[in-house]
Amino acid sequence: MRRGGSLGDTIFEWACRGAGVFVLLLLGAIIVELFIAGLPAFQAFGLGFLISTDWDPVQEVFGAGVSVYGTVVTAVLAIVLAVPLAFGVAFYLTELAPAWLRRPVGTAVELLAAVPSIIYGMWGFFVIAPAFAANLQPWIIDNIGELPLIGIFFQGAPFGTGIFMAAFILAIMILPFIAATMRDVFEQVPPVYKESAYGLGATTWEVMKGVVIPYTRSSVVGGIMLGLGRALGETMAVTFVIGNANRISASLFGPGNTIASLVALEFGESETGSLKLASLLALGFILFVLSFVVLAASRYMLRSRLKA
Amino acid sequence: MSLSLTAGMVPGPRKDPAVAAALGRRRKRADRIIRSLCVAATLVALGFLASILFTLTIRGFEAMSPRVFTHITAAPGSEGGLLNAIVGSIIQAALGTAIGTPVGMLVGTYLAEYARGSKFGNLVRFVSDILLSAPSILIGLFVYQILVLPFGGFSGWAGVAALAIIVIPVVVRTTEDMLNLIPNTLREAVIGLGAPKWKMIVLICWRSAMSGIITGILLAVARVAGETAPLLFTSLGNNAWSIDLTKPMASLPIAIYSFAGSPFEDWIALAWAGALLITLGVLGLNVLARAVLSGRK
Repeated sequence: MRRGGSLGDTIFEWACRGAGVFVLLLLGAIIVELFIAGLPAFQAFGLGFLISTDWDPVQEVFGAGVSVYGTVVTAVLAIVLAVPLAFGVAFYLTELAPAWLRRPVGTAVELLAAVPSIIYGMWGFFVIAPAFAANLQPWIIDNIGELPLIGIFFQGAPFGTGIFMAAFILAIMILPFIAATMRDVFEQVPPVYKESAYGLGATTWEVMKGVVIPYTRSSVVGGIMLGLGRALGETMAVTFVIGNANRISASLFGPGNTIASLVALEFGESETGSLKLASLLALGFILFVLSFVVLAASRYMLRSRLKA
Repeated sequence: MSLSLTAGMVPGPRKDPAVAAALGRRRKRADRIIRSLCVAATLVALGFLASILFTLTIRGFEAMSPRVFTHITAAPGSEGGLLNAIVGSIIQAALGTAIGTPVGMLVGTYLAEYARGSKFGNLVRFVSDILLSAPSILIGLFVYQILVLPFGGFSGWAGVAALAIIVIPVVVRTTEDMLNLIPNTLREAVIGLGAPKWKMIVLICWRSAMSGIITGILLAVARVAGETAPLLFTSLGNNAWSIDLTKPMASLPIAIYSFAGSPFEDWIALAWAGALLITLGVLGLNVLARAVLSGRK
């Protein structure tokens, strides 16, 4: 023993290491528990569970097709809607805004990320969906809905709620995450690069397009993947506005469901040990795998930023 | 050969002032359009926040009354409040944070002080980041499997456990980030004085990083205070007064969820009052967390 602290050192280091191991075990346990709990459903329906669109509690036939479709479509559509907005916000915050405005505006956008999911749900259901159904949606159905090819996505009755509304609310929810990542990586571009481009006479947009974006491309994609990962598992907001119907409709204005919304709604009505409960847990396992892959990819893309 | 070069043979754009001016105008116009669009995008994002806060203020204050804080949830039509939900939320968020914080701090300390650059450390960091962004409803399902099913029913403790799992990665992230900001010279100075490493970490590093760590804890409280999905299958919600953690326990988000989805006017009004409370609390904690952090600089 060199000095009296060495016992304390050993204890403390092992406490820290033990906590680290605990976190690893936690994630492992979540995966294993969800898989074991969902196993009866996988055994009963085989791989067909993944694509079957049945969800019939009476006949005890269950499939993940509709909710997996809803999960992926809402999340991807949310990304399509959120990325341009997030880019605009990040561009504004890093290059355009006067210095005194950057902090307050940046904080306000970050607060959007802090608003709880259920508040987005209520706001979407009671405010945005009725406003959309009353004003914008009938016009879209009458005009864009008549167009060949893309028209089919914009047909149906103007209920407000549905796949599109879920994607729209999701887009607002993930916007701050994508914008914050983009802003952080844009700020890491060495000023010398930008100044050289400005010195050649480039405009602000040309500097963004020709210097900043190429320099930060993989981190930007990582930020978008992070948003996608968040959108896949959002529960409460989606449950309020997606319409909750177990069918795939071609129109984005039709109702649908996602894995998370289906689990949230049906879990309480499922008996312990029933095939339905196992199916819901199997859905949870599928959602976990989906988010894990997307989030892991996001971290991989963001690794250069994390090293900095 | 080179002598015969004239302006007309030089590759590249011709030096025609009119063409150059037109090109310059087009580039400036493109720049102006994109810049306006970016300002518009920012205004749209701020507009969403404003609309949320405006809606909550209008509808929340309409429904706000002392009754919300003095009465427990009751059947539609009778005088009900949210007292049990508020108390349940505070108990579960506080205990969840109290349990998750030490674990998160230890993990963050391990990553920053012991495992910098090591393979195992990178793995732990990766897993913690996955947990940070993983769907919270899955945490609820997991806790249902390990705590609700085997121990005979929904309970406040199960809710606490689910929230604690959500707290851990938030605290890990901020603790590690804040410890990484501490200059190594400080560590060397302490070790040079003969202090053991654990004293260096606890007495010097944690203390210098304290405001950052507190920020992380406040953000974690804000995060779990608004979580609904993980409580659906764990503490379930309870319309009676109960602070018994072994029984199902009410919470504000669950109460809002069940009231907002109901067809009763007075329940929906109460949901708005609860929504206002929870948003004020969560946003307030966020602003406070930022103030703690910037006060240090």
